[in-house]
Amino acid sequence: MRYSRKLAGAAYAAPVALFVLVFFVAPLLLVGRMSASDWPLLAGDLGVNLPDNYTAIGDNRLFWPAVGFTLKYTGIVVVILVALSLGLAVLVSGTRKGTGFLRTAYFLPTTLGLASASLLFFGFYSPAIGPLDPILQGLGITDEPISWLGTPNMALLSTVVLIVWKFAGFFMIIFLVGLQAIPPDVYEAARLDGASRWQSFLHITLPLLRPALGLVLILSITGSLLAFDQFFILTKGGPDNSTVTVVQLIYREAFQRFDLGAAAAVSVVVLLALLVLNIAQFRALRRDR
Amino acid sequence: MTRRGIWGTTSFYVLGGGLAVLFLFPLLWTGYASVAPHGATNQQDGFGFGNYATLLEYDSGLLRYLWNSAYVSVLTVAFTLLLSFLGGYAFARFKFFGRDTLFLLTIAILMVPYSTLLIPLYTQLGDIGLRNSLFGLALVLTLYQLPFAVFMMRISFEAVPKEIEESAMVDGCGSLRVLTRIMLFAVWPGLITVGLFSFLAAWNDFIAPLILVSDADKAVLPVAIANLRQQSMGAVDFGATQAGVVVMALPCLVLFALLQRHYVRGFMSGAIKG
Repeated sequence: MRYSRKLAGAAYAAPVALFVLVFFVAPLLLVGRMSASDWPLLAGDLGVNLPDNYTAIGDNRLFWPAVGFTLKYTGIVVVILVALSLGLAVLVSGTRKGTGFLRTAYFLPTTLGLASASLLFFGFYSPAIGPLDPILQGLGITDEPISWLGTPNMALLSTVVLIVWKFAGFFMIIFLVGLQAIPPDVYEAARLDGASRWQSFLHITLPLLRPALGLVLILSITGSLLAFDQFFILTKGGPDNSTVTVVQLIYREAFQRFDLGAAAAVSVVVLLALLVLNIAQFRALRRDR
Repeated sequence: MTRRGIWGTTSFYVLGGGLAVLFLFPLLWTGYASVAPHGATNQQDGFGFGNYATLLEYDSGLLRYLWNSAYVSVLTVAFTLLLSFLGGYAFARFKFFGRDTLFLLTIAILMVPYSTLLIPLYTQLGDIGLRNSLFGLALVLTLYQLPFAVFMMRISFEAVPKEIEESAMVDGCGSLRVLTRIMLFAVWPGLITVGLFSFLAAWNDFIAPLILVSDADKAVLPVAIANLRQQSMGAVDFGATQAGVVVMALPCLVLFALLQRHYVRGFMSGAIKG
């Protein structure tokens, strides 16, 4: 009986095991081999050339700018997203009339796909049909059309706006779930002790929100470091390659320069960097508890 | 109401309402821009569906792309549900060799960047004749749904009281009968959540189909609309692009309206995980 139950369990898990082996473990091993080989997209495997693909990364003129840009973008997005989504969650955590409508309004952009949202803002920012310039000029705020994607800084800023718009509602929900897990009598006790609203937010809400904050940080940092769709669609890496992210660089190496070996080497470096980062984040969260 | 209370209520509605306008504006604009008359689009005079007509005629035609997207999404949902339903049961209720390793390995998929796997998968799918195939694409999309799906189904199965199962076993039911006759109905909310999230992920994915599928008539909607925008260099058809955004967004909005509860359920399990 025991034995047959073990067998049954293994049988139910077999499809997942097979799938993970073929589509996860095997590609992981292959990407390692590719990164150590001369592997043009069309010709295929031409043999080991270690460590050429790795040493070539440093010589790639786009690599360090891409790393720098990706980190800068991540820093900006994460700070704004965390602050705004926490603010939204606090705003709609009460029971005032209309709260449900506000929650839905903030959350709706999340239901769109990232590519759809990027295509939406591609039109939104365009001088041809975009609504921003007519509105700003109508209100007398600006005199001339603004080039929303024309300069490196504007392209970065405009993409950040798109991402914040798209994801703030998603992270708001995570904070909201965290807020609702805090028992109301904690606040009641603090109020009786004479704590102001701001004091209870600082000393009760924030510490108790730590698990939610940790999840939001991990998701938003990882997501931003791996940014692709939004820049591929909105800025195409421009102007002047100023908004090329690391994942875009991998894509370019593989499918525009047709060098799978080089692309695999960058991928492996990104994988290791993310692994270290994730382990560090998990450690930090564990220690806090 | 106290003066402070009135102040609080007023600022709540002004701030909350103002933010709501900012969040809703781009969504309302894209709907408007897709039907509004504009010189730079195929909807020249008066409101109408000229941009949608352009989309119907574009290259392989909107219906083809809709079909491709629907096919890939439905396949992904089916694969994900089947794998996570069986796997979740195994992880929640059985002890077997390698159980914890396999579970950790499945969750570890989350740690590996999409692009890191897509490069070797491009080659591997080519070797087994599944590159440039919507079926192969669905398999890859399923892989990325597995961590969440298996995790979700595992906790769904664990939440079912063991007594139900044991009494059925005493009555002589095998584990497969228990799974299909009893457990299926106990864990269906988890299955709906998993199905919803995998559908949305597959429907909206961009980078995997961009890399793995190259034939124009096999393109999924997001790639087709992005191509539409790129092909007409110099004269981008912004109207058709926005019509495409609306077509892509509509199923997502409808699913959201129907399954709101399951959205939050998915996030809650994420919060527990963190």
